[in-house]
Amino acid sequence: MTAAKPAHCRGTELRRAASALCIALAGSWAGSPAAAAPAPAIVSAEDAWVRGTVEGQTGSGAYMRLTAREDAQLIGASSPVAAHVEIHEMRTVNGMMTMRRVDRLALPAHVAVALDHDYHVMFIGLKHQLLPQQVVPITLQIVDGAGRRHAVQIQAPVRALNSVGTAPGAPPGDGKAAPHG
Amino acid sequence: MDDSAPVRRASLTSRLALFIAAIALLAAVFLAGPAARRFSRPEPLVFHGRDISAEHWDGAFSLADPDGKPRSLADFRGRIVLLAFGYTHCPDVCPTTLAKFAEARRLLGAEGGGVQGVFVTIDPDRDTAQLLRAYVPAFDPTFIGLRGTDAQTDAVTRAFHANYQIVQYHGDTLVDHTVSTYIIDGLGQPRVITPYDQTAQALADDIRTLLRTG
Repeated sequence: MTAAKPAHCRGTELRRAASALCIALAGSWAGSPAAAAPAPAIVSAEDAWVRGTVEGQTGSGAYMRLTAREDAQLIGASSPVAAHVEIHEMRTVNGMMTMRRVDRLALPAHVAVALDHDYHVMFIGLKHQLLPQQVVPITLQIVDGAGRRHAVQIQAPVRALNSVGTAPGAPPGDGKAAPHG
Repeated sequence: MDDSAPVRRASLTSRLALFIAAIALLAAVFLAGPAARRFSRPEPLVFHGRDISAEHWDGAFSLADPDGKPRSLADFRGRIVLLAFGYTHCPDVCPTTLAKFAEARRLLGAEGGGVQGVFVTIDPDRDTAQLLRAYVPAFDPTFIGLRGTDAQTDAVTRAFHANYQIVQYHGDTLVDHTVSTYIIDGLGQPRVITPYDQTAQALADDIRTLLRTG
């Protein structure tokens, strides 16, 4: 993975003084585990999971609950299992469910934001079938209040295709895998 | 001077009596109305979803099952059909709906044997027979996925007063679609529309009502 260094890190005057910071920022940008190790990630993800697929399906969704340590925004995501990963919002308009990409999702400090229904992570162009017991790495692209970018790595286990989350009308449960898989 | 007081009291008392009588009359009208309606004709069926029995929809369709065999509602006579429109690339709504159908059928216990889940794709270009054969029974092995030509797909959505719209979006194809589901009785008559946020239990209740009353 190539680390695209923030522009301000290239200045000659700052180079020496801020080299350590630049390395840290670049590492954070690229999501390298070394940079993430000392401080807790800006955003923590809980109960992340990905809906399993059948052979031939090229799309799926990931669900999770995100809590930011400080005001931040989710601006994108990527995963090695899909050509594109987008943050989608669903709305019902005139009885029709519409689904659209959102460029930014606000993550206010210390507020758990659920990506479980109205918002979810959409996988487009799946490269292979997703089966329970697999774990899907997802990189969340986060921007903090100062405009700094952070890459947050999460591991989302695959649940059965017929799993239900906390969507309206879903059978009551704790948001975990459906017991009748 | 002294004799005016009893008159005024009498007047107040009669006004109070009139007021109470008026309240009683209003209460009687409100309470007796529904009761009278209930006794004057057969008790209407009560559904959690919207009762469309009186609208006499013609839900007739001709679509193909994953084996390519033509299917119509006549094939499911005597069974309660749960019908939903959707597409397999839909990450959330469609799997949640099919999982709810399966849960409702499970909640019905033995009566669930009289229920047929049907998933009609509104994205027949991408939802091949092979894909529907794998996808739909993953929720309940008895459920069936149906697909048609574009014209047949248009016809079946019109028959169910549903809408769909294929949207090219950031290089991907999304399909906006009606997310209500339909309960069709054993005679092939659409009877109830269920909103997306209806619970599996409410769906099961409505199916049971139809199973027991026809």
